[in-house]
Amino acid sequence: MSDSRQSAGFSGALTSFFSSVRLTVVLLLTLAVTSIIGTVIPQNQNPSLYVMNYGEFLYRLFSVLDFFDMYHSWWFQLLLILLAVNIVVCSIERLSKTWKIIFPDRVTIRPERFRQASERLEARLPGEPEGYRDKIQNLMSKNFGTGTLYSTDSGYYVWAEKGRWTRLGVYVVHLSVVCLLIGGLIGSIWGFDGYVNIPEGDTVNAIQLSGNNKKHALDFEIRCDKFNIQFYDTGVPSEYRSTLTILQNDKPVITRDIIVNDPLQFNGINFYQSSYSQVPGTGVVLSFVSKATGMEYLEKAVVGQTLSIPEGLGTFTLTDFGMGFQFRGHDIGDAFVGAWKPATGEPVEIVLPVKFPSFDKMRKGDITISIAEMQTRYATGLQITYDPGVWIVYSGFLLMIIGCIITFFMFHQQIYIEAGIEKNQTAIIVSGVSKKNRLGIENRVQRLMNAINK
Amino acid sequence: MNSSLLLSIVTFVYGTAAFLYIASWVFKKNTFGKTATWTSLFGLVLNTAGIILRWIESYQLGIGHAPLSNLYESLVFYAWSLILLYLVVEKKYGSQIIGAFTTPIAFLSMAYASLSPNINDRIQPLLPALKSNWLIAHVVTCFIGYAAFGIAFGISIMYLLKDRAGDDAGPLIARFPDIRILDELNHQMIMFGFLFLTGGIITGSVWANSAWGRYWGWDPKETWSLITWFIYATMLHARLMRGWRGKRIAFLSMTGFAAVLFTYLGVNLLPGLHSYGSMGQ
Repeated sequence: MSDSRQSAGFSGALTSFFSSVRLTVVLLLTLAVTSIIGTVIPQNQNPSLYVMNYGEFLYRLFSVLDFFDMYHSWWFQLLLILLAVNIVVCSIERLSKTWKIIFPDRVTIRPERFRQASERLEARLPGEPEGYRDKIQNLMSKNFGTGTLYSTDSGYYVWAEKGRWTRLGVYVVHLSVVCLLIGGLIGSIWGFDGYVNIPEGDTVNAIQLSGNNKKHALDFEIRCDKFNIQFYDTGVPSEYRSTLTILQNDKPVITRDIIVNDPLQFNGINFYQSSYSQVPGTGVVLSFVSKATGMEYLEKAVVGQTLSIPEGLGTFTLTDFGMGFQFRGHDIGDAFVGAWKPATGEPVEIVLPVKFPSFDKMRKGDITISIAEMQTRYATGLQITYDPGVWIVYSGFLLMIIGCIITFFMFHQQIYIEAGIEKNQTAIIVSGVSKKNRLGIENRVQRLMNAINK
Repeated sequence: MNSSLLLSIVTFVYGTAAFLYIASWVFKKNTFGKTATWTSLFGLVLNTAGIILRWIESYQLGIGHAPLSNLYESLVFYAWSLILLYLVVEKKYGSQIIGAFTTPIAFLSMAYASLSPNINDRIQPLLPALKSNWLIAHVVTCFIGYAAFGIAFGISIMYLLKDRAGDDAGPLIARFPDIRILDELNHQMIMFGFLFLTGGIITGSVWANSAWGRYWGWDPKETWSLITWFIYATMLHARLMRGWRGKRIAFLSMTGFAAVLFTYLGVNLLPGLHSYGSMGQ
């Protein structure tokens, strides 16, 4: 805007730098080009994967440049901030200049401007200018809007305008972009985003945050009452549905089903159906095989329950369950842990991997314990977000659509029709000014002239 | 008669229309031009019927949904939007030569949908993530925008041909509309497309927020739609504020359309959530 203006001092230079449309063009193109990087390099993957794909050197280089999480890198954020400053400075500068044009105290019309406008047609008609006055005024009010009549030395002119306010459209668009950036910023500072897996029947009061290993405590509890998958005839899933209950002070507040595309909201926090898994149920059937008799005894048990084993072989308490259980440094998958207390002697801790029923045989004790049968249950996977900036973003969306419609399809248009006496004839000038809609105003001028000539 | 057969016929009709537009331009025969317009209109009617029939068929299969859910259906809808928009432009500006440069895009889209062995034209049930009222709003806004950019692309080629030929243009190029009108029309199409692209990104964003709890996630498809948006935004600023005209605008318009194509088809080579655009779907 102010490329050609002389600016004094540092702040002047800064303003003129940030108010240039050249900067806008450079920033937009730079954003367009750099954004490609993150679509070619998968983002936020495991470092070892990167080393494998790109080699040590490129991995280091890309790490330094933040290419593995580039949309959150300092330089990308800097580009966005520069764009925001550019938009704000540019808009304020322009608006302060055009404010008087958009909201004038009194519109002054300079006939000279219209007499010389390039979208202009002239004609000579017989008779006095007065004879055309009603016709011209009628045409104007019918086709364009109520005109104002002014007298001149040789006759008169009628002037009308439309859409002066539409000059504000572009500022609405710019404001909308600022809303999006501010809304995004608010969301990234005060919002959070995480996930949690809740087995059917279980209740949680904290979630796992994405991006780091931190937990986030909720000030209420959430229970998964039920999880259900429906399938199409082809075997493809058609619906994932969880029944969730929110509890405050152990009292249920809301119970509702959620499916993909229909989340639950509570206290501004959203719960989305995102995945599911199968986890062991609370009940198992344990098998006890006595070494002495070779007999197998099957007993149902849940975690925390103590059973007494036949043949006077003591008691067994199921104490714990772990997924991806580590046994002497090896992952043995899902496993239960129990404590066997023989009739005489010290209690022994026994690990019962679900996948390896003969695991306990290696202990070579008086009794071999294993999991004979396990019930499974579903666990729903929820995506949980809290974003206080989302309403600012949505307002931005609305403003952007409205602003674009105004800017692109509505124009400030002025029409001027003059009739003056010239050598006993009436000289007619039909002229129009619309900076952004030249072709449109040209057509309108032509139509008005045709109508006057008729 | 099922929808796939009907839409294969549409491919043929659009091909004929494109051929007639080119013939009318090259041989300067008015009868060709008139026939071309009626042929595209006929194709558009069949195309509409095909889309509606496919919609009905999906309900008969018990998996009813709008036919906008996979690559095949989106290509069909793209051809529909492009022909519709072109016919409006033709009616408004009265130039049929533009048809010679834009209707082939609709034909190619239909031909790709109907003939490519990689594209499945069966009606498939909707994935849970696509079951949303936003599906229609999102796809329709995006593709109307893409259609406008497609027409702007055709006009840009015409602009560059005319610009290169200059004053001693051969009879073929001389028949093009005035270079000023081409430039203006290009700009009009870009503004129209930009509004709808913006609407498409916004509806997608609101949908993403209701499905996954985030309105923006830098998924490759999202990012590429934003890249496209940046390119056209640059173009609008360069034109309105810095007075760029003609050649540079035509080049930017073509770059923009290349970005549109990549957003639509190329991104599927990259990982992402927009399964509807991928081959197998």
